[in-house]
Amino acid sequence: MLLIPCPYCGERDENEFHYGGEAHIARPENAWTMIDADWADYLFMRANPKGKHYERWLHRHGCGRWFNALRDTVSHEVIATYAIGDAKPAAKR
Amino acid sequence: MSRSFRTADGGLVDRKAPLHFTFDGHRYTGFMGDTLASALLANGVHFVARSFKYHRPRGIFSAGSEEPNALIQIGDGPRALPNTRATQVELYDGLAAHSQNNWPSLKYDARGLADRFSRLLPAGFYYKTFMRPKRLWEWYESHIRRAAGMGRVPAGPDPDIYDKRRLHCDVLVVGGGPAGLAAALAAGRSGARVVLADEQARFGGSLLADTAAIGGQSAADWVDAATAELAALPEVRLLPRTTVFGYYDHNYLAIVERVANHLPEPPPHTPRERFWSVRARQVVLATGSHERPLVFAGNDRPGVMLAGAARSYLNRYGVRVGDRVALFTNNDSAYRLAVELVAAGCEVPVIADLRTEPSRHPYAGKADGLGIPVLRGHAVVNTAGRHRIASLKAMPMTEAGDGVTGAARDFNCDALLMSGGWNPALHLFSQAQGTLRFDPAAGTFLPGTAGQAVRCAGTCNGAATLFECLAEGEAAGRAATAASGIAPAAAVPVPAVDGDTPGPVRLLPMIPAADPEIPPNKHFVDFQNDVTAADIGLAAREGYISVEHSKRYTTAGMGTDQGKTSNVNALTLLAAERDAPVPEVGTTTFRPPYTPVTFGALAGRDIGPLFAAVRRTPMQGWHEAQGAAFEDVGQWQRPFYYPRDDETKDDAVAREVLAVRQSVGILDASTLGKIDIKGPDATALLDWVYTNDWDKLGEGRCRYGLMCGEDGMVFDDGVTARFGPEHYVMHTTSGNAERVLGWLEEWLQTEWPHMRVRCTSVTDQYATAAIAGPNARRLLAGLCRDIDLDSAVFPHMAVRTGMVAGLPARVLRVSYTGELSYEVNVPADYGMALWQALLTAGETFGIAAFGTEAMHVLRAEKGFILVGQDTDGTATPADMGMEWAVSKRKDFLGKRSLSRADMMMPDRKHYVGLLTEDPSIVLPDGAHAVETVKPKPPMAAIGHVTSSYFSPTLGRSIALAMIRGGRSRIGETIHFPLEDGRVVAATIATPAFYDPKGERMHG
Repeated sequence: MLLIPCPYCGERDENEFHYGGEAHIARPENAWTMIDADWADYLFMRANPKGKHYERWLHRHGCGRWFNALRDTVSHEVIATYAIGDAKPAAKR
Repeated sequence: MSRSFRTADGGLVDRKAPLHFTFDGHRYTGFMGDTLASALLANGVHFVARSFKYHRPRGIFSAGSEEPNALIQIGDGPRALPNTRATQVELYDGLAAHSQNNWPSLKYDARGLADRFSRLLPAGFYYKTFMRPKRLWEWYESHIRRAAGMGRVPAGPDPDIYDKRRLHCDVLVVGGGPAGLAAALAAGRSGARVVLADEQARFGGSLLADTAAIGGQSAADWVDAATAELAALPEVRLLPRTTVFGYYDHNYLAIVERVANHLPEPPPHTPRERFWSVRARQVVLATGSHERPLVFAGNDRPGVMLAGAARSYLNRYGVRVGDRVALFTNNDSAYRLAVELVAAGCEVPVIADLRTEPSRHPYAGKADGLGIPVLRGHAVVNTAGRHRIASLKAMPMTEAGDGVTGAARDFNCDALLMSGGWNPALHLFSQAQGTLRFDPAAGTFLPGTAGQAVRCAGTCNGAATLFECLAEGEAAGRAATAASGIAPAAAVPVPAVDGDTPGPVRLLPMIPAADPEIPPNKHFVDFQNDVTAADIGLAAREGYISVEHSKRYTTAGMGTDQGKTSNVNALTLLAAERDAPVPEVGTTTFRPPYTPVTFGALAGRDIGPLFAAVRRTPMQGWHEAQGAAFEDVGQWQRPFYYPRDDETKDDAVAREVLAVRQSVGILDASTLGKIDIKGPDATALLDWVYTNDWDKLGEGRCRYGLMCGEDGMVFDDGVTARFGPEHYVMHTTSGNAERVLGWLEEWLQTEWPHMRVRCTSVTDQYATAAIAGPNARRLLAGLCRDIDLDSAVFPHMAVRTGMVAGLPARVLRVSYTGELSYEVNVPADYGMALWQALLTAGETFGIAAFGTEAMHVLRAEKGFILVGQDTDGTATPADMGMEWAVSKRKDFLGKRSLSRADMMMPDRKHYVGLLTEDPSIVLPDGAHAVETVKPKPPMAAIGHVTSSYFSPTLGRSIALAMIRGGRSRIGETIHFPLEDGRVVAATIATPAFYDPKGERMHG
């Protein structure tokens, strides 16, 4: 049960949130000129790193807002959370 | 006939409060403060169980939660608790205990024959047996199932209540022994919010069996004073009888408090157990250590126990574990115990000490003084006795300790206590992602790097003396307090302790056997799962040399005791087998729970009506009063059909369907998702999320929309109505409302934050009555003065607002049934009033309420899709025959995927209708069609039935299906081989069986 600091509400239990996968994947502007394989990458392929991961969370049973997080997928430490549209915090501590 | 093995006085039991209990029907007496184990031992009962695999007689082995053998069924009836460790059962008056895993009795167990065949049942035997012939597997399985497992499931539902609570604290201290009490005092005196949990009914841990003095007080008095001081501190919560069973992320721990298990039944309004979930700023683990057994032949006989346990029974419970009590040790702690046993009236026939050097422990001298024979450099190589140890055989060891030599000597005894050293209890530390480091001198693992905000103190941290435990506990408590942000109180000097200082230990992976030619298949390592040293050797020789493989193949450490008395011995043996140092072998992961937890505690109050949330509409009371049958649609309860008199389901559905087709029916449509969408960019949002075009939809008009994921697959549909230039209300399927709103919000918040549009769920804010049938307009006209219902003015797929039955209403003219139909929406509190008004006005038309089953039949007759039934997330709009709904002009979510090569393949499954050759046969849902029928599987499948009904309107069966290349096969006959052996033939048809031009709903 992670303890996640919602940028709007503060620290809350993981079961108030919904995990939204890898962050900073913008919908491609050139969807109609991409080949099918690249479109499939956008739809399905994700980095899945062992270590620092930029990802999205939704405070579903709270304020209802999406935000980004930097979490270590091994230790589960939530290093930072930040608003959608804000710059990525550095991965190095 | 039972004798009493109770000492004349002493111990912490209340000798003025006798308790009566039974074990396997025999009656015994104990005292308040006894466990079931101590009370049985006080009556001379050691043999209480049969082992899991070999059904060997087993006795009480330990005095705590590490007990591997004495698994007992407590109580009868629905309150019974199987597989309970007798060492953790607090005795109460009238307790009825039963042995497990034997038939017909503990003493004469038929399955004890398994022991004779033990050579055929080594580790992993089930991977090599019961394979052939394959057709006999189910017969084998029924027998294996009966032979396996322990205990009996309680008869009947659990009558007790269980609670769940949350707890936040600054410092959680796990373990109330000397280190834990010292830590809790240091933190509590600082004013921190402290929780102290211990699995026993009283605090004190190892001090409860110790005769040491702390600061001049007896250990017991020191514990009482510490407990009283903690109880008086307002920010300290004491949780005895509480096991911290799981350590999860970010200092979240799971705890179960056994509130009433020590009573015959819980008092009124009291839970039997309480589950606490705790978020602690800092954790101090003072979880103690477990004594290590010695691995020698015959070490599992009843009467062979851990030495520390015997000491606990003597000093804490006032129980002698036998008359002639032998000891086998590799360290100093046996000597003090031997002296204490003699003082209590036992005879100690021998102490076998693996070490050749004489012990310098002060009590070794006293043992000599009492004339206790000590055999140095000797090993116990075997034991004898059927249901209780009767004698042991000891032999001198070789210099290297790898064999025995010389003459054997036999000693009569009725108990043999083994002391092999101590293993820190590091389960929770490891669960919290702490690493373990091996200490070769102690031959065991100590805490390495912590994974979370946690500190270890006491013997679990490798402390060797009582003084170190108290000092470490105090230091850890202060450090944890400071780390949680509170200034710790001034340090208190650790009191002087009169206790033991341990000497050297002699570690051997295994005690040599008398005959090295015989495999060590009676050298037990894991007592609960019947794993011997021979099994570990066998597994290694078969190639299972990794610790993960060895564990799983031999099942060592996989019992309910989680290897508390076996893991380190098993690893040490594996390392020896591989001729590698123990750290190279490594450890397996410790997983919660530390000790078994009841399902009741995990379920808490979320059972019965509280198991799952149920959503009801404002008209629910009427449906129930009519005796409607209900079905679950997501969390909603929707009326399925309304049986009248003796109607079967089919009768009721047929009547409801015909009522709609012939006159008028009424359906509670309140459950459909409703999303209010407002803003300058509302139309743009709809254009993005739906496949069809929205910019030309006028105010007061409705449009059916199809929604796809970015992968191009249909995931929802529904009608959206336009109320104003920047105002729409979107409808979704009942089960998808939250998902669709989530979809809109995700895109708006993460991809299009510049769009000016707001979405609000109004599903619960409006109740909806849908009236459908040729008389629908006449019915509505009678209740509605201010809306012109003329078809020219209020056409199909339009919306009007006005007053219906005196209630403010939004009326949508939309049809899922294919008949003339209106959906009347009113604010939810008026739902029942609207419903009643329509029913009353509808009497002249013979109005009938219809449920979801009739609705499904009606829409299927029209070929309208039901998302989530006819689609399964792999169907595109084209697959469903709905290319007409796909815009060619604009981009939308999912459109790019529709142009993937795979989406154009002609053999994709298409949505089609099916008409069985025999019109009375209704194909089962999910029936698979095959290209060619063969006598038996495998046969290549070409599609399946998604919806299937008997159509009262057409007087024959209809079905909808997804069939490969279906649309190019209209008119062909395909075959469905069913499970019962019949093969049903059906012709592929277009899905619209009834009124294909849609004339009736446009009327």
